[in-house]
Amino acid sequence: MDKKKIQNWGTENAIYLVLIALLVFIVMKEPTFLSVRNLTNILTQSSVRVIIALGVAGLIVTQGTDLSAGRQVGMAALISASLLQATNAATKVFPSIGEMPLMVVLLLVIIIGAIVGLLNGIVIAIFHVTPFIATLGSMIIVYGANSLYFDVIGASPVASFDPRFSKFTQGVFRISGYRFSYLIIYATIATIITWVLWNKTKFGKNIFAIGGNPEAAAVSGVNVRNNLLKVYILSGVFYAVGGFLEAGRIGSATNNIGFMYELDAIAACVVGGVSFSGGVGKISGVVTGVIIFTVINYGLTYIGISPYWQYIIKGLIIIIAVGLDTRKYLKKK
Amino acid sequence: MEEKFLLEMKEITKEFPGVKALDEVSIQIKKSSVHALMGENGAGKSTLMKCLFGIYRKDHGEIIFCGKEIDFTSPKEALDSGVSMVHQELNQVLQRNVMDNIWLGRYPQKGFFIDEKKMYDDTKKIFDELDIDIDPKKKVGELSVSEMQMLEIAKAVSYDSKIIVMDEPTSSLTEKEVTHLFKIINKLRDRGCGIIYISHKMEEILEIADEVTVMRDGKWISTDNSKDLTTDIIINMMVGRDLSERFPPKTNVPKEVILEIKDFTAKQQPSFRDINFKLRKGEILGIAGLVGAKRTEILESIFGMRERETGVIILDGKVITNKNPHEAIKNRFALVTEERRSTGIFAGLDITFNSVISNVDIYQGVGHFLDNKKMKVDTEWVIDSMRVKTPTQKTHIGSLSGGNQQKVIIGRWLLTNPEILMLDEPTRGIDVGAKFEIYQLMNELAKKDKGIIIISSEMPELMGTTDRILVMSNGRIAGIVDTNKTTQEEIMTLSAKFL
Repeated sequence: MDKKKIQNWGTENAIYLVLIALLVFIVMKEPTFLSVRNLTNILTQSSVRVIIALGVAGLIVTQGTDLSAGRQVGMAALISASLLQATNAATKVFPSIGEMPLMVVLLLVIIIGAIVGLLNGIVIAIFHVTPFIATLGSMIIVYGANSLYFDVIGASPVASFDPRFSKFTQGVFRISGYRFSYLIIYATIATIITWVLWNKTKFGKNIFAIGGNPEAAAVSGVNVRNNLLKVYILSGVFYAVGGFLEAGRIGSATNNIGFMYELDAIAACVVGGVSFSGGVGKISGVVTGVIIFTVINYGLTYIGISPYWQYIIKGLIIIIAVGLDTRKYLKKK
Repeated sequence: MEEKFLLEMKEITKEFPGVKALDEVSIQIKKSSVHALMGENGAGKSTLMKCLFGIYRKDHGEIIFCGKEIDFTSPKEALDSGVSMVHQELNQVLQRNVMDNIWLGRYPQKGFFIDEKKMYDDTKKIFDELDIDIDPKKKVGELSVSEMQMLEIAKAVSYDSKIIVMDEPTSSLTEKEVTHLFKIINKLRDRGCGIIYISHKMEEILEIADEVTVMRDGKWISTDNSKDLTTDIIINMMVGRDLSERFPPKTNVPKEVILEIKDFTAKQQPSFRDINFKLRKGEILGIAGLVGAKRTEILESIFGMRERETGVIILDGKVITNKNPHEAIKNRFALVTEERRSTGIFAGLDITFNSVISNVDIYQGVGHFLDNKKMKVDTEWVIDSMRVKTPTQKTHIGSLSGGNQQKVIIGRWLLTNPEILMLDEPTRGIDVGAKFEIYQLMNELAKKDKGIIIISSEMPELMGTTDRILVMSNGRIAGIVDTNKTTQEEIMTLSAKFL
């Protein structure tokens, strides 16, 4: 019985075991890895990814997915970059606009993100196109739009940002001498907001009910269509915030920003236990999922493992984590 | 003014293409009473209830609830008005907890946030009132079937329902759980609720019901006080018709034993236990039993779809295993499954595909390419010999009628040239003419010395087509009877043996 208990606990918490094993392996290879600096670096690198993953996670909970996430991030990044160049930048996309207030630009990309999200939602909730196909289409469309915009504004990387923008996204605060990026704060806020939404509001309960058993939700009077629309709009908002921050973090933007981000986000969600069959998922899982992938990138690079090997390890972890997760729900005949 | 009846359904008629499912059926439900609704499968009980809930639109008739005429268009509307249903297939979100399920669609809110405390307290209050001992924070997926049912009942109470329909609520409950359920039902009755209780179990009905309405073939037959009734009277009213003209004459002759099933017990209990029976060449063996008696599970296990704890299959004197359907097909078993839509047809594909799919190996020619000509010939055979009505071989099977689909499926299995043909509810949802053709086919196959096992919930069908009937009760064999020497009454009694 006890053995069974341990086994159950193991399957329930497989993701954390994977993370610990990974860390132990890295530390054994390179004990210097255990430093506050590395920790803050990992958290910083995870921050924008967490925000994007939180957007996708809500969709996966409703049995959806979003292949357009990365391109939506890219769109917000490119627009933010083009509007927030320094007044004295050498090549300015819009020479005539002066200093745009940061929050106005952020709000603008959020509105655009919400509209793209809404369009995804309409195609999925009203025209009943499978989320995979619907967002495959919008992924390509958004990329096309990004590239057109990039062409119009001169087809060269947009850089030399307004110092306020750089400070907002690259700035740090100090705790007893250690530097922490502002990005960690933004990611924490996004995490808390999503946690409250998921766990404390009607909307949260509804999306879990829709994902768990759409029919039961509908029969009980949940407006499935409206809730789906809302969750897709919300995802667009998260990508927009992510894109805004990403542009500032990198320090320049092209039409290629955000390439494959959606896959990282989806992978982090499923590794974190957000089930593709819907109705299951925790914020803590999403965050852990993202951190696992950052640890793989950062930690394995730190101990000198080739990026090609990292791909193989990443892929294996996705399959193993989901395989273990599925075992929880397998119904034995 | 106090109404005499809580709910009146007057002269309800509902027609489906080719079938009159309800023919001017009327029932009246009194306040503070349990009203049993009885009848064989297909008698129209579920259809009547679906008309009440707005899942089906009735063609004629009126429904009066609390003195007002109503015509619900959705189950949600019915729920809000105080009419609720405890389903056979429970409609719950398994991944969420108990209270989330009860208040789904109407969560109490404190401003922007969910009022978890109120939700918990209200749930607890209802549970206490009904003597239900379930933690409101437990995940529904972790509840037992009876607990899920309690949850559904509590949900009905939380909507302040006046009418609660219970469809076969005890089909998978233990005796102790049934006692608890009855306690709850009595409480609901004391609160003034009218309960419509659908069940096949006579003793239960006589114990719990105040009134009993019997339906047959979509018609109302009788409504009586339950104290004036006995099991025999009810069965007579439910059956009440002769079997002539509905079945082809039986001409098959059972010969030596071909299949022996020994000590079959399922791995995942509760399910079937200690199953032993023999099947002869040229014999049609029926399996009878109530919903939840684990009939399908036995056939699935023989066919290698379900794990066994113990059990031996002996075919023609040889011990075989049938670990999976592939092996079973090789051993010349065939299974026509119960759920034609989900496990029978490939709806989007044509008749050719649907005919040859279980037998693809034999169409491989040079270089493992499939031989189209051969497939065409065999499909033609299926269409001709099964009398499938279809314009061409390339027609999608999904566009055929249920009866024609079923004929293609049976044809598919005959192409594998089986020795043992197992049919699980083969005539469900198909019209009378097609049924007759399927009975004929069974008879012909038996004449060719095939062993045939048929599960059916339609008693007359078993009486009219089989040689022997194995009666299942709650996972065990309650008896194997000779079709010629038994009665529907005996089978009904047997199927309740281990409840």
